[in-house]
Amino acid sequence: MSSPSAPDSLTETAERRVVSSAQGDAPDKDWVIVTRGITRQYEMGGEIVRALRGVDLAVRRNEYVAIMGPSGSGKSTLMNLIGCLDTPTSGEYWLNGLQVSTMSDDALAQVRNKEIGFVFQTFNLLPRATALQNVELPLVYAGIASGERKKRAASALERVQLAERMSHKPNELSGGQRQRVAIARALVNEPSILLADEPTGNLDSQTSEEIMRVFEGLASQGQTVIMVTHEPEIAAHARRVVVLRDGLIASDDSGDVYRTSRLGQGH
Amino acid sequence: MPLFEAVLLALQTIRTQKLKSFFTMLGVCIGVTFLIAVVSIVEGMSLYMENDLVGKLLAVNTFEVRSRPNVNIGSTTEAMWREYQRRPRLMEQDVAPVVAALPPEALWAPMSSDNNISATTLTGRPKAVQAYNTTRTYFEIKKMGVAAGRVFSPQEDAMGSLVVVIGKDVKDHFFANVDPIGKELRLGNLPYTVIGVAESQGSALGFSFDKFIVAPYTSPLRRLTNRQKGVIDAVMVKSPSEAIMTATMADVQEVMRSVRKLRPGEKDNFVLETSSSALSFFAKIKQYLVLAGVVLPAIGLIVGAIVIMNIMLVAVAERTREIGVRKSLGARRRDIMAQFLVESTTLSILGAAIGVALGAALAKIIAAVSPLPASVALWSVIVAVIVGAGVGIIAGVYPASRASRLDPVVALRSE
Repeated sequence: MSSPSAPDSLTETAERRVVSSAQGDAPDKDWVIVTRGITRQYEMGGEIVRALRGVDLAVRRNEYVAIMGPSGSGKSTLMNLIGCLDTPTSGEYWLNGLQVSTMSDDALAQVRNKEIGFVFQTFNLLPRATALQNVELPLVYAGIASGERKKRAASALERVQLAERMSHKPNELSGGQRQRVAIARALVNEPSILLADEPTGNLDSQTSEEIMRVFEGLASQGQTVIMVTHEPEIAAHARRVVVLRDGLIASDDSGDVYRTSRLGQGH
Repeated sequence: MPLFEAVLLALQTIRTQKLKSFFTMLGVCIGVTFLIAVVSIVEGMSLYMENDLVGKLLAVNTFEVRSRPNVNIGSTTEAMWREYQRRPRLMEQDVAPVVAALPPEALWAPMSSDNNISATTLTGRPKAVQAYNTTRTYFEIKKMGVAAGRVFSPQEDAMGSLVVVIGKDVKDHFFANVDPIGKELRLGNLPYTVIGVAESQGSALGFSFDKFIVAPYTSPLRRLTNRQKGVIDAVMVKSPSEAIMTATMADVQEVMRSVRKLRPGEKDNFVLETSSSALSFFAKIKQYLVLAGVVLPAIGLIVGAIVIMNIMLVAVAERTREIGVRKSLGARRRDIMAQFLVESTTLSILGAAIGVALGAALAKIIAAVSPLPASVALWSVIVAVIVGAGVGIIAGVYPASRASRLDPVVALRSE
């Protein structure tokens, strides 16, 4: 159980080869994410919690991946690591050809700025800023001048059909609109990956479907999407589902397989 | 993030929390208010001293050769007084060597005066006046014009005629509702004819400068202004320009030392009084007053800094989530640090700016309801703004650095 090897369901594939090649080998450009045996431990009340116990994961450009797992399975920890908000205790993590597992705080901030677009369950928009100002934020930290920033933020909002709501503050927008502002903000820097953490967790099912359609559209345009969720209905939208259990990958399948197996179990 | 945008962001944050921002900047505001008010009053007093008080007694580019200082603003000790008393008086025969040392364009006038000469008319009550025996050049040196009539003619000067130019107070006392020109004023039982009324010289700290009469140097009044024969009070000299004033004074000092037969190393037993020498003691007091005006408000500023630091710590705690979001979007430590530093500095400078306005207003109000004058000094405004910025930066460093070191994972999870 503590073995960091890949589960049996993962057959000899390109994924298998890229994660098991020698440590320190830069994966080729095709791979956006490669993790090799990453672990994450932290202390909580004097006890060492091993949240991740050796995760090997490889994601190609343009993939649409859902990460699932029960609470406590380590999916949030994995998301934080993939999102460069945190660094692994051991193992290596390559993001878009860069080894980020050993980077300093400020270097990680720049990687987050350029490579990652976050979409959170609670939207995490700044309440006092307008939709446009919220979308501009990543560009502010990228050091882009005000005029160019406004143009790019506006076009990102157009992409999520919110062109008429630019000057509204978050509390003047519906939940679905807020999440679309957050998606526009995530996309504005043209990141390598769109990283969504329970993106529909605070939305009703109709709005959830609407947001899923936005993700679907982005994925079909070639955007790499990684989505953490515990809802099978949401995960079913992805083309590949990775299931975590007790800090290890329990299964890694295409969404279709997951859907079929789920149907097979009589759900 | 460019500074300009950081300031805009800070202003936006301050605007959305008006009441809180107001209380945050209150300490700095009060500190700066008192700094500006105290410094303005000290500065105003000093300007008043220079322009209105001493400036009236000793005009620009002039000095007076005297045996002891005429203007004493609190600086004289008893020992100094005794030394002054022992000094030989200035004599009429000293005038010629002094004048010989002057450049040809310089103006000069000998003067003998007494500040308690009784003047009477046949009808009016007697009044004590400041009486001067001097030449008509006196009016030129003092830049004193006449409101009515004229000053002495050269002939009257030479002959020591019984004519006087009177000050406004003297005119108001004796000739309240009549034209004084040609009227008689008795001084030492001799009838003098009033030929002119001087322009009002104003007053300072409640003392009027208009209670005087001026008679020709050689007129009989001379025996009353200095009873001892040959003794005079001063030789007034106006240098043609500021540039040669120092050189002229040095020449006169040499001459006076040789007249007084002083050996090298012996101290001068006379003075060359200028407006700045008369103000030297006040300048010393002013330093202490300004120091007090800066140090006491500094206590307010320290309290202000502590308040700002606390409020900023609360702000960091309240906005942990925002910090997490900003970090997740690519804000580096220094971006977060700068954001909170700029915010505390903007708050503090804003407080200082309001303090400057309130302080200036307070000074004006004090000037309006009391005899204390006020003048807002530019340097105090600059000091206030710099101090405001300094307080903001110092108070903001700790909270800002705490904010910048927050772990984004933890920050994003906070409520």
